Amino acid sequence: MGMTSAQKRGFGATLWDWLTTVDHKKIGILYMAGGGFFFLMGGLEAVIIRIQLMSPENNFISAGLYNEMITMHGTTMIFLAAMPILLGLMNFIMPLQIGARDVAFPFLNSLGFWLFLFGGVLLNLSWFTGAPDAGWTNYAPLSIQSPGHGIDFYIMGLQLSGAGTLMGGINFIVTIVLMRAPGMTYMRMPLFTWTTFVASILILFAFPALTVGLFLMMFDRMFGSAFFDAALGGNAVIWQHLFWIFGHPEVYILILPVFGVFSEVFPTFAKKRLFGYTAMVFATFLIAFLGFMVWAHHMFTVGLGPVANSIFAVATMAIAVPTGIKIFNWLFTLWGGSIKINSAMLWALAFIPSFTIGGMTGVMLASAVADYQYHDTYFVIGHFHYVIVGGTVFGILSGLHYWWPKMFGKYLHEGLGQLSFWTFFVGFHLTFFIQHFLGLMGMPRRYWVFLENQGLDTGNLISSIGAFFMSFGVIVFLINIILTTIKGKKAPRDAWGSGRTLEWSISSPPVHYNYKQLPLVRGLDPLWIEKMEGNKNMTPAEPVDEIHMPNGSILPLIITIGMTIASYGFIYQTGNKLWLIAVYSGMAIALISMLTRSLKDDHGHHIPKEELERIGD
Amino acid sequence: MRGWMGKTKVFFVFMLLALFLAGCGIENLTALEPKGYGAEKSMDLILLTTLIMTGVFIVVMVIYVITLVRFRRKKGQENYIPEQVEGNHKLEVIWTVIPIILVLVIAVPTVLATFDLSDDSKADELINVNVKGNQYWWHFEYAGEEIQTSQDLYIPTGERVYLHMLSSDVIHSFWVPSISGKMDVNAENVNTMYIEAYDEGVYWGKCAELCGPSHSLMDFKVIAVSPDEYDEWVNDMQNVDTDAEPENAVAQEGQELFEANNCMNCHATDSAASGIEAGPQNNGPFGPNLTNFGDRSRVAGILEHNKENLVDWIMDPESIKPGNKMTGQYPELSQDEAESIAEYLLQLQPSEITPESAGD
Repeated sequence: MGMTSAQKRGFGATLWDWLTTVDHKKIGILYMAGGGFFFLMGGLEAVIIRIQLMSPENNFISAGLYNEMITMHGTTMIFLAAMPILLGLMNFIMPLQIGARDVAFPFLNSLGFWLFLFGGVLLNLSWFTGAPDAGWTNYAPLSIQSPGHGIDFYIMGLQLSGAGTLMGGINFIVTIVLMRAPGMTYMRMPLFTWTTFVASILILFAFPALTVGLFLMMFDRMFGSAFFDAALGGNAVIWQHLFWIFGHPEVYILILPVFGVFSEVFPTFAKKRLFGYTAMVFATFLIAFLGFMVWAHHMFTVGLGPVANSIFAVATMAIAVPTGIKIFNWLFTLWGGSIKINSAMLWALAFIPSFTIGGMTGVMLASAVADYQYHDTYFVIGHFHYVIVGGTVFGILSGLHYWWPKMFGKYLHEGLGQLSFWTFFVGFHLTFFIQHFLGLMGMPRRYWVFLENQGLDTGNLISSIGAFFMSFGVIVFLINIILTTIKGKKAPRDAWGSGRTLEWSISSPPVHYNYKQLPLVRGLDPLWIEKMEGNKNMTPAEPVDEIHMPNGSILPLIITIGMTIASYGFIYQTGNKLWLIAVYSGMAIALISMLTRSLKDDHGHHIPKEELERIGD
Repeated sequence: MRGWMGKTKVFFVFMLLALFLAGCGIENLTALEPKGYGAEKSMDLILLTTLIMTGVFIVVMVIYVITLVRFRRKKGQENYIPEQVEGNHKLEVIWTVIPIILVLVIAVPTVLATFDLSDDSKADELINVNVKGNQYWWHFEYAGEEIQTSQDLYIPTGERVYLHMLSSDVIHSFWVPSISGKMDVNAENVNTMYIEAYDEGVYWGKCAELCGPSHSLMDFKVIAVSPDEYDEWVNDMQNVDTDAEPENAVAQEGQELFEANNCMNCHATDSAASGIEAGPQNNGPFGPNLTNFGDRSRVAGILEHNKENLVDWIMDPESIKPGNKMTGQYPELSQDEAESIAEYLLQLQPSEITPESAGD
């Protein structure tokens, strides 16, 4: 299973290795590749949306297809692109940062990935027969009344990938609690590990609300219940509550991990420890806690009444305080430092003004009465793209440039990195800044066309032009990846020369057991401490001894395939009961695989001491 | 260094230019030039929050720019190790306390305005309109006046008009940006809001909650006229002579065709149109009330109000509003028949008070 033998394998064996892997690093790469693919899908959908809105009363795509496009763009970007790429980064980096050899449940990790991937593929298969068309928020009763199977694909696809995400979250929590290296106390954990921890807690508490909502929606659509049907005594507003009880923490699931990324990138390239580490940790928890208290600010216009609106407005504004603390802490991390600007740093630096604008409009949106104007308009579109692109996407790209040498052993090309940064950055502001004004000028969101002579033409054209700049930036980034993979500059262990955390103390890319000897952690920024004391590397906390590692398994993939077949059956059994065969056989495949896993002992394998001594670290 | 700053400068100049070109929008539609009470309340808070937040942004940017200029690594500093600062209690207290104060400054007026805009204690003494949202049109029933109309909502200036809103199908959202913020129109409960227009005018309304393929085409108008004109309009609408025969022969033929082709199943031409109650039971009306169709500001809410467009609509509504509920509800019509019906509908003008009275 070692890297040495993997290099000499044929295509079939390599494929088998990736299909059965339980190595957190490979699963991390799979997450990022899968998420990257869906990011391109979502991006393509975005470009189609912007072409449709380039001129008034345009007829590039039909009204029905447009609604499918916006629904799939939102759903794909949130559930299938941003979150998986983040899970990929967490998967790869977090165990390295705490000095662990894998996550706590490697088998579950693999299952989580395959569920996400097949959930995403299932959702996208709907393109062949009609995609979901009720918006990514899927509000009832529009979603209940939507004809065809689009919404059913949405339900089953998200249910599958959501289960995978939940497993990932639980796995990370247990890993961080139990598997830290000797000396790595909680308050010595790198910020990226902290934010992984907190985001995982958010996943644990937020996703069940979505699961419940999706189940109710599934029963309404497939089995004739009436949870959301007002005519039969149901209430569609309940969907909105369930969706946003999940949906608002979801925003923080997307943003907290990249807060962690920036908290790694700034200290490394400013050669200075993170300013106000303790405050940063507590601010992260505070944001996460408040994140559960504010869901109804997405519902100010629903008619909840002035008391509810006021409470949720004030609670929402309160989030600005810990977020502000973070922004200033980053600024003062840079202050007095020795700042080196490269592409990883450019993305991180661009985040500060971009995200601050997103935060500003966030506070503006929190003011309920002002929100009566903003709500469901392009102002909101502008706001959350400033947060999710200006925050999450910038953070992901910063993190990718930063950790690329660690993950693949090669640097991304600096020139191409800067080219893609500048085009994407300019395109981003061009696309979304103007949208705040479009919204206030009277353009609601999810509009297939805007009418002529309503003063919305120029703004929309500018916005569409920006989208092409962004696309160009993404294409350059892809070229960068390809060129680097073919012929990139090799990276040493401490790739940036000023690494502070444990991942920079091991080879790039790391061997599959990560640490030959677990390191002894003597404080925050353990590698930096050793370097400052003139040590070349970490002091080991244990003698070289044989290492116990988990075995790969094909079962997670088979369980997922079974569940996907069952999901497909659920979708189509409403029309033809023969599809129940797919439901039962799919469930059987999944359950038998689970049984096999439970009954068949698999104690993993040991890497003998002699081999470790031969390979070195 | 210079190159980097230069690019930023060019970028901001371009952004400003873009803003200048875009302006503030059309005055009948934009929320940026409030023409009514709700819109003004919202605008006050928009300005307050923008001001405070811009202040915060400037502080952040000043620190940011100074940091980048002063502390960028220069040649020969490759091995320089800056002091490893842990934090600073005084600074951290400052940037915690000041934001709390700023949040309070925003929170208090927000709460006051939220309660102000939901005040319905005096609704009984004022004009009350039952609004029904339908895919993809709006129905207005003036409570106690026995007046029903669709698409164009007539209101007097300077008075609060209470809207009691319900949907007959999916969620819609009632939004007339220049006079008020929006409120959702749900199927399970009546939502109440009030609007008050300061000046006469035709204000453009939009549906703001995704409601199906033609969501973006669900426009309506609020026509604010002087209180005298409004009273005249109410009087005219209450005294429509439903037995009146159209004057010209084509329109007469149109009326016969209108009656022969199922149109009456959904469309009333009588403003009183009894037998329709507000409530979650979806008991109609199933199509817009056409009593004053000749005075409408738009055909189907979106097209210029002329005979040609109306004929197009009658011949093939699907090509104009995809997913509408009128398509396929009536026998196929010839061009001539559609023209006759259009002629009939366009002469339904019971009142002198029209969108033109509001200065459209």
